[in-house]
Formats: sequence, C-alpha cells, structure tokens
Amino acid sequence: MTMDRLLFGDNQFFGINHMSEQKARAQAMRFQDIEVVLEVLDAAYEAGLRTFMCTTHERIAEICDAARLRPERYPELVFFPGMPYAHKYANAVTERGMVGAVRQFVPDEGILSSVVRGGRSLARKDVEGLITLLVDAEMRMFEGLPTPVVFLQNVVVDLLLGLEFTEAFAVFARHVRERYGAEPGFITMNLPSLVQALEDAGIEEPVVCANINKIGFRMSGGIDAYLDVLEQHRCRAIAMSVFASGAIPPREALEWIADIPAVESVVFGASSTAHIESTVRIARELWGQVSDPVRNARRNGSVLDMRHHQLGLASLMGDE
Amino acid sequence: MDTHRTYTRNDSPQLRPLKVAVIGLGKMGLSHLSIIKPHPDVTLTAVCDASKLVLEVLHKYTGVEVYSDATRMLAAVETDAVVVATPTASHLDLVSAAVDAGKHVFCEKPLTLRPEDSLALVRAAHTRQVHHQVGYHYRFVAAFQECKRLLDAGAVGRVVHAQAEAYGPVILKTSGSTWRSRRDQGGGCLYDYAAHPIDLLNWYLGEPLSVSGTVMGTILSAETEDEVYATIRYPEGVSSQLSVNWSDESQRKMSTRVRIWGTHGTIDVDRQECQVYLRGPDVPDGYHQGWNVRYTTDLSNPVNHYVRGEEYSAQLDYFVDRCLDRSSGAMVEGSGAADFASAAQTDEVIGMLLRDRDSGTATARPDVAVRTAPPSRSGRTARPGRLRRVGATARKILAR
Repeated sequence: MTMDRLLFGDNQFFGINHMSEQKARAQAMRFQDIEVVLEVLDAAYEAGLRTFMCTTHERIAEICDAARLRPERYPELVFFPGMPYAHKYANAVTERGMVGAVRQFVPDEGILSSVVRGGRSLARKDVEGLITLLVDAEMRMFEGLPTPVVFLQNVVVDLLLGLEFTEAFAVFARHVRERYGAEPGFITMNLPSLVQALEDAGIEEPVVCANINKIGFRMSGGIDAYLDVLEQHRCRAIAMSVFASGAIPPREALEWIADIPAVESVVFGASSTAHIESTVRIARELWGQVSDPVRNARRNGSVLDMRHHQLGLASLMGDE
Repeated sequence: MDTHRTYTRNDSPQLRPLKVAVIGLGKMGLSHLSIIKPHPDVTLTAVCDASKLVLEVLHKYTGVEVYSDATRMLAAVETDAVVVATPTASHLDLVSAAVDAGKHVFCEKPLTLRPEDSLALVRAAHTRQVHHQVGYHYRFVAAFQECKRLLDAGAVGRVVHAQAEAYGPVILKTSGSTWRSRRDQGGGCLYDYAAHPIDLLNWYLGEPLSVSGTVMGTILSAETEDEVYATIRYPEGVSSQLSVNWSDESQRKMSTRVRIWGTHGTIDVDRQECQVYLRGPDVPDGYHQGWNVRYTTDLSNPVNHYVRGEEYSAQLDYFVDRCLDRSSGAMVEGSGAADFASAAQTDEVIGMLLRDRDSGTATARPDVAVRTAPPSRSGRTARPGRLRRVGATARKILAR
C-alpha cells in the first residue's frame, strides 16, 4: 500500500489550534456549516490532494455522507480514520465513570455486563472482544468508503504505551487487517518508544504518525531519537505538526522534512484555498507529486503505463 | 526504627530508581500511571483501586501488582513515593497514611475538603520530611509559567487587578452518576474546576485577605454548583475576579485564562499563548514596549512521556526529580510547583468562598429580599437567616 505524499487533516474543522484559542474559536464558528467544510475539502481535492486523514468526530459522519451521496464529487478520495475521538470518551468518563463510559460506546454490552454483574473474571477474549467492538462502532460512519489505513489516536496510543498495555496494539492491528483489509496506523507523541513497543508486539514496520518538525515541538524522546528511528527505517512515518502550528514557515518546514527519506507522508491542515494551494505547490516542487497516481488510476479503472509510473515514482522517492 | 527514613531528603540522596505506587485509577490516576510507569528513573511498585475490573485488566495485561486496599498496599509494598488520585473526600486518610509511612506524596487537587485538614497534612509532611506536591498542572503550562516569570520580574509594574476564568463542557445534562456530581465526595464545579484558577491567582498575587460577592449557581447539577463567581481582595488594594462555569458547551475542553492589569502593562494568558502589553521602563530581555506574544509551542520543554499535554508529564517529571533530590528543567527558576502548603492556601480560599456564599451579605434594593445562597433543593422553603429583608415585592413572590 502506497501512501500519498501529502495528506489533508481535519483539526482546523473542529476548533483545534495549538497556537491560539481565539483562532481556534474563529475556525469553530466558520466551520459550523458542513457546506463550508465541504468547500474546503473541495479546494483540497481540486489542488490534487486525495487522502483525508480525520478523526471519528461525529461531524465527520456528515462528510462521509456527502462522499457517499455524491461519489462523483471525490472519485479518488480515500479516508484515513483515526479513532477514537478522545474528548468524546473523556467527557463520558467524567460523567459516567470508566465502566459506564465503555458501556455507552459498546453497542453490544453483553460482555461487560456479564463480567460486571456476574462477578466472573475477565478473560482475554473479553478484552479482545471489547477492543474490536469499540473499533467497529467508530468505523460505522465510514461504511462503503475506502479506508486503507485505520489509526489509533495519540491519547489512546500514548496512554496504552505508558501503561505497557501493548497487547492492545496487536489486537487492534489484527482486527483492522482482518475486518477492514486496512493497514493499522498509530498516532503518537512518543515515536521512539512506540516503535520499540510495536516491534516487541510483533508489528513490523508499522505506519506511525507523529509530530516531526524542525524545532522538536512535541517530540518526546527528543529530535535525535526520532531521526535515529527514521534513519533505521523501522517505521513508515507520516509527519504531522510539520509547521509546529505556524512556528516554522511552510517552505523551511517542508524542505527540512523532505531531507528525511523515511518520512513517507506529511499531513497538514489548512482552512483556506490559498493556504492549501501554496502548501501543495511547495510539496510538488520538493516531491513532484502529492498523491499516488498508480493507486488512483487503479481505483478509476483506467489503463496505465505502469513502467512510466514506476520510473516516475522512483525518481520522486529518491532511493526508495 | 522507621525503615523508610533512609529515603528522605535530609539523608543521602535517593538512589535511583524511585519506587512509586499509584492509588486511584480513574481518569487522572490512569493518566498519571501511564506517565510515571515509563519514566526512566521510576520503578512502579503497585497500583490500588476499588474497581476489580480495572485492576484485573491492568494485572493481566501489564503485570503490575494490584491492591484493592490502600492500607494493605502501603504495608505490603516497599515504595518511596505514592501518587494519590482518588476522589477528594478520601485524600486526607490516604495522604496521612502515606506521609506517616514516610512516603513522598503527589496528590491530585484539591488536597482536602477542609483547609484545616490540609494544614494538618502540611505539618505532617514537614515532620516526616517527605516531598509533597499537588496536581495543579497549570503551573507547568509554559505560557502560565511565562506569566509568573514576567510578574516576578516586575514587567507590568504593580499589579492592580486580575481576572481568572475557567470554562468547560463537563456537565451538559442533568444526569451524572460519578463522585464528581456529589458534593460530599469533593464533586462540583468549585472543587473540580474553580480550584485551578484560584491556585493560579494565589500563585500570581499571593494569599488573599477576603472574598465577597460569591455566587455559586446550579445550572444542571442536582447536588452541586455548576458556576462560581466571586471578588477576591489582597493587601494594598489589589483585587481579582473569579469566573468559572463547567456547563459551557461552547468550549471544546477546559479553557483557563488569566488577565492581569498592572501600572506598567497587562498580561493575558491561556494554555496556548501569553499576550503581553508593556509600557513601563523595566522591559525584560526579549520583550519590547507595546504588544508581545509568546506561544506555548516556543516555550515548552520536552517531557519524558507525553500523554495529553506537556503539563501533566512535566509535573510528574518534576516530582520525581525532587524525590531524587535534584533540580528539574520542568519548572521556571524561582517559582514552584504547588506543594501542600500552597494547596492548603487554595483550600482556604475555597473555604472562604463557601462561607461567603452562606453569609447572605449583600447590599439590597430596599424592597427586595436578598438571597445570595443557592435555593434549597426542594425549591420551596428557604432556610432562616437567608432572607434578610422581605419587602413588598418579595412577599408577593413568596406568596405565589
């Protein structure tokens, strides 16, 4: 599975801005209307972006509906869902407690009820069952849409990583592969220790999305440890927060990332056509292409000169 | 002889690793556990919680030693430090037991439900010479630290007024089934939310003299307040205002902000940025007259293991460093994490707010009954003493 060079993210749609709460609020107001969100998505698609990396925020369901209703609008678009939408769970835990929250989100609460009420001990298959039920509940909104990579969100990944509950990663990976034919992905703020833990759990060369930026913002373990892991090609990396929420100018940020060959993709968010286009322009200068024409052509069913594309891709990807 | 005496500060420095146990595995406890467990200088000794399910999963999948009784755990497990993250009502007993056993303690906020209990813990911790810290994590947010640094440097001159606000979407429905909705357990907006901006005000302005105009209103909760507003006064005419509401759905998550007015400028700080306007002669290095903005992105230091914000990790990194008797990069020089003493000050202010709410003092329109305390739960009868002066209008209202 090849991943596009440039992926479009969704933080801007949900009032998430790591630099300014005022800006975050302005964005939340602007994107209240789903049509405005879709207009920006249209602009991203128009600019050549073909992957939408998103959370499982309930409003994403509206975007999924739009993509299903009008397949001609985004014929080549693929989704990289990241689950769960953490605040949804955090608020539920505050309101209903740990067990109450799981109950709220597990559609079939048979497993949990029999354990909680029956007082029997929890078997491994119960935990595995719970994890897969939670994944399925989050995936429901993407039904009928291509989701070649399915991510576990960073708060959950980093919590499980800290607890050393690494078996959950293996369960997630297995389920995502078997049930959705997708590659499991992991978002983290602790890339070096996560890659080690995933290797220990038997997940080789995992797709990992992490902050990778020139100033080392939110790169726990340190920028050097990150670069070591990347140089050893121990993961397929997607870089996020490349601009460190605006602390690094776009060209400088992308040029720095382009020098790290192990970074396969960059995910970025933008709320204006101008920003999207300028980022795509810089990325094209650096990598030639922002999406994978081979995969997109396959999806469209058109005939391609594969030899030509392989040559093209080889020159784009440098030594890869 | 006390076997744990050798780990305390006045003796030889603590040998690595620091042995830590965690009591309470709710939202905060699990978060603390996932930060402390992978810490390079920590060995996790055991965890304790009332939920059998949580213990079972953790034991089965992470191999950690589990206890359902904290007293038994403290007796059975050799540990240097304890993280307490249980509902607030249980802090006094658990922290006392841990301190008496000579353990360093990191306790979730607020420290206790009664200022005198918190002061007892301060005395105990001093007697036992253990390290003590309370989870007022905003002190570890880089932008709030920058504000402290600017105030200490006198950048805005003499402070005249501050405004501390916290809003968030915790209680959005009338239901609610956890301890956070129960006053006797330490639930409610005052303990859960307002404690943070109160701690920041104490940190920035010092201990207050008095509080007045306290409003604690119920919006959706059955037993507790959902909003807290008050005026707080300090020596030399300095004042602050507190405004807190945890039933504000317009916020994506808890949003805390402090604004400070001084004779030589203003500071407006939240989790993301510190906006500073300076017009005085003492402009700190890197700042200039007029507007300045510093972002958390630029100010944050890396942490050992990131879970949900640098501040949560930084406060525990700092605690571990202190227990191991060394300085930490997690805290600005000259400032400090919230220890039991400063947490007791926060509990004192919380106590003052509760007394002020119940005091019924307010200046009324001559014909209006004054009721500053929240309505009784039945909504029909008001307690004696709350109605100070019943005028004609009020009589009409009450007669309905």
